[in-house]
Amino acid sequence: MTRKPANRDAFSVLDRPNSYIGKTVPRPNLDRLMQGRGLYVSDIELPRMAHVVFLRSPHAHAKITGIDAAAAERMPGVIAVVTGQEIAVVITPWVGVLSHLKGLKSAPQSAIAVDRVCWQGEAVAAIIATSRAAAEDAAEHISVAYEELDAVTDMQTALDPTTSVIHPALGDNLAFERNHDAGAVDAAFAASDEVVEAEFIFGRHTGVTLEPRSVVADWNSAEGRLTIYQGTQAPHMVQNIAALHLGLQESQVRVVCKDVGGSFGIKVHVYADEMATYALSKLLRRPVKFVADRVESFNTDIHARDHRCKGKIGVKRDGIITAFEIDDLTGIGPYSMYPRTSAIEANQVVNLVGGPYVTKNYRARARVVFQNKNVMCQYRAVGHPIACSVTEGLVDLAAMKIGMDPVEIRRRNLIADDAYPCASPSGLRFEQLSHHAALAKLIKMMDYDALRAEQAMLRAKNIHRGIGIASFIEVTNPSAAFYGVGGAKISSQDGVAVRLDAQGAVVCQTSITEQGQGSESLTAQIVGSVLGVSMDRVRVILGDTDNTPYGGGTWASRGAGIGGEAALQATKVLRKNILDVAAAILQSSPGDLDIVSNSVVNVSDGAPRIELSELARIVYFRPDTLPPGIQAELMATRHFVPREYPFAFTNGVQASWLEVDTDTGFVKLLKHWVVEDCGTIINPQLVDEQIRGGVVQGLGAALFEKCVYDERGQLTNANMADYLVPMSGEMPDIDIGHVVSPTMESELGAKGAGEAGTAGAAAAVTNAVNDALRPFGAIITEIPLTPQMILTALGRI
Amino acid sequence: MTPVPIFLEVNGERIDTHVLPRLNLADFLREHMKLTGTHVGCEHGVCGACTVRFNGEIVRSCLILAVQAQEGSVETIEGLSDSGEIADLQAAFRDRNALQCGFCTPGMLMAAQDLLQQTPEPDRKKIREHLSGNYCRCTGYQAIIDAIETTARLRAGRAT
Repeated sequence: MTRKPANRDAFSVLDRPNSYIGKTVPRPNLDRLMQGRGLYVSDIELPRMAHVVFLRSPHAHAKITGIDAAAAERMPGVIAVVTGQEIAVVITPWVGVLSHLKGLKSAPQSAIAVDRVCWQGEAVAAIIATSRAAAEDAAEHISVAYEELDAVTDMQTALDPTTSVIHPALGDNLAFERNHDAGAVDAAFAASDEVVEAEFIFGRHTGVTLEPRSVVADWNSAEGRLTIYQGTQAPHMVQNIAALHLGLQESQVRVVCKDVGGSFGIKVHVYADEMATYALSKLLRRPVKFVADRVESFNTDIHARDHRCKGKIGVKRDGIITAFEIDDLTGIGPYSMYPRTSAIEANQVVNLVGGPYVTKNYRARARVVFQNKNVMCQYRAVGHPIACSVTEGLVDLAAMKIGMDPVEIRRRNLIADDAYPCASPSGLRFEQLSHHAALAKLIKMMDYDALRAEQAMLRAKNIHRGIGIASFIEVTNPSAAFYGVGGAKISSQDGVAVRLDAQGAVVCQTSITEQGQGSESLTAQIVGSVLGVSMDRVRVILGDTDNTPYGGGTWASRGAGIGGEAALQATKVLRKNILDVAAAILQSSPGDLDIVSNSVVNVSDGAPRIELSELARIVYFRPDTLPPGIQAELMATRHFVPREYPFAFTNGVQASWLEVDTDTGFVKLLKHWVVEDCGTIINPQLVDEQIRGGVVQGLGAALFEKCVYDERGQLTNANMADYLVPMSGEMPDIDIGHVVSPTMESELGAKGAGEAGTAGAAAAVTNAVNDALRPFGAIITEIPLTPQMILTALGRI
Repeated sequence: MTPVPIFLEVNGERIDTHVLPRLNLADFLREHMKLTGTHVGCEHGVCGACTVRFNGEIVRSCLILAVQAQEGSVETIEGLSDSGEIADLQAAFRDRNALQCGFCTPGMLMAAQDLLQQTPEPDRKKIREHLSGNYCRCTGYQAIIDAIETTARLRAGRAT
């Protein structure tokens, strides 16, 4: 491969005077959010706006034999009651498949169920009224006759011949299967000194964004345009999907995304109730607002994980790992989600298992099955926590079997830092990772030897603490390989337009979106640094398909690496254009001029020559004074997409230090460490906070979060009191360190950091719990690690 | 249902209006007063996003009916911001990036200010305990704890 120093000729943005790159600066516009003056979708009100409430199925699987809405329609404030058949007039069904996921199948899904419901929570009717309360009142007066059908709930028996098939036209309940076989797995196991097997179980959980999913759809029949206000991570994707299924041109749909109250992958999909809201606005020719309540969120926001993965590892007595093998099973609900599909997570698990390690012997099978439960799809760190927990769990079990320290076995098997570029056993290409440097830094940060000594000392006092280590790789900066090649109209490139306004300030429009990660800040930091203007002069516009370049948005840890590079390249062009005009005004040469602190200066002595505000005044208001033939272009647009590598892999390692109360089964998290390598760091504080937030979501999965279904497919804990999420009192302080290996694919060199925390947190905690329980000979390979599970493993209950 | 008259004070402004008896305080503030800084996250008193100050004490505005606020005084995030009461706390949140999506932040600031009024110099454990009724899904809490700790220290410094 070529490792070209991409355009590092003219100047390096990293070294410019007054650069913001690598500096902690506060995010712009936080006051709006801190003063309660943001604009979330639930805050939006439009003239004539109606409210929609969905009546949802109480059954996991049932035929709808009749809907009587006459009484509801007579209720005060009710505008309409709309069923699945009625809404089908304006919106077509969809099928969540992509061609690169070979064999993936799904059934047509409708905005509102027609004839049959396939999970508890699927919408069966929409009630539109002048207020949400009026719509909720009316919903209670709709009578729906159901004929219950067998519910397929257990993924382990979903493929049994005796289990009913949810979508008979598909033939069976298998949505997707992928097999992978690399190297010589059987020979490697045969040649191993020890082979260890375990089954790893991951609970179904969900995102619990604090702001529920919300949409305001506004069809203007005179303009023939639909404006969708939605807290989405991918506005152009929503534009494409809405237009496609409403029979509109994309130019007839505008998606506006203001403040978003948490996303984490929950808001990167298009949901049936959102589609229904778009359609209702068109049908009723007025703005319609949908805000999910918390029960609806639990029943309809995508769920995630829900895997049972059998794993096997071979190891030599000297600690060398000989092979990995996995057999993963996951249940995705009744439909593959649209438009990203529900096969991506299983596919990622196959891709990522064994990823940090040298061995090339790897066999994997992943099967994805349908169930009558809520839909399952991509949530933060898609597949990573599964792959990491299985891999790192197996590595610890192997170490335990041969009596080797968990750190030592990793040292002996992690890919060497000077071995790149190279490929993983699943064929993923790595440009440059830093597992050993990261592990060494982690060991130092946590003072590993001292912790081991403390652990031994406390064990003697019957206090059981554990240390868990988890190395991981993370998929970031995805190219078209993720979705585009499979036919999804989900852009992998992003665009940035940047212009100098008439007072010498900068307006920047970017196609990446903001959900709190700091997209606005990193864009302003890059633009300010490259151009030579202060950040307070840079205004960033995001989240509006009418007013930004076309692009993917913010998901899969792509904002900084892809959108950031587009910002850098666009600003370089603007800078050149400004210097060309400045040279003409100053009768100088562009090469002799630079822009520093909002002024054009001499390169030679730094002396200010002309302020940008003055330059802009001349260009916009007195162009007649410019030399003949000079046409200033104070706006520039550039797009970027990685081409050389399908994904920019990052790496890292986490450690957990915790105490298990062997009487109560409670786990107390004492400390957590992360070292990760996301390449160039634009804003250290934002990166660290992304990682901390990601870790805590991973800790939630490890200890608390689970959607508990009964055998009839009823979600039994669909509220915040019964579904536990991490609270401040239980969370540890998290120390973060970095190794920096910039990607050479971009001038910026940034990779993503949004999912590193979630990728490895549960694996580190599980390994630490098993380390703590070692004197009892108990091993647990299931999360969440509830007190009940720990006491059961200890034989106490 | 018939609207009933209520009068109360919201951020120092006298309000004289009619509401349905079933209307909760959060919806009253958001829909009637258009004070949308009070956020609704769970509507059953768990997440803390709707925290406001009522007669000097912090409450979940989703668990109180508007009619229960009769003759009372309600302060929301907009009021605390405009009065400058929590300007230092907000500055500490900004400097420490103690918010990401910002949806929990108004409630978080309300709870933090409540703690700092009761306990001038709380330790980290005390801060974590006091905020346990306010969920944040973005930050992992540490930055929030740091920002409150910093504010407490600065206020204590000013006081001495």
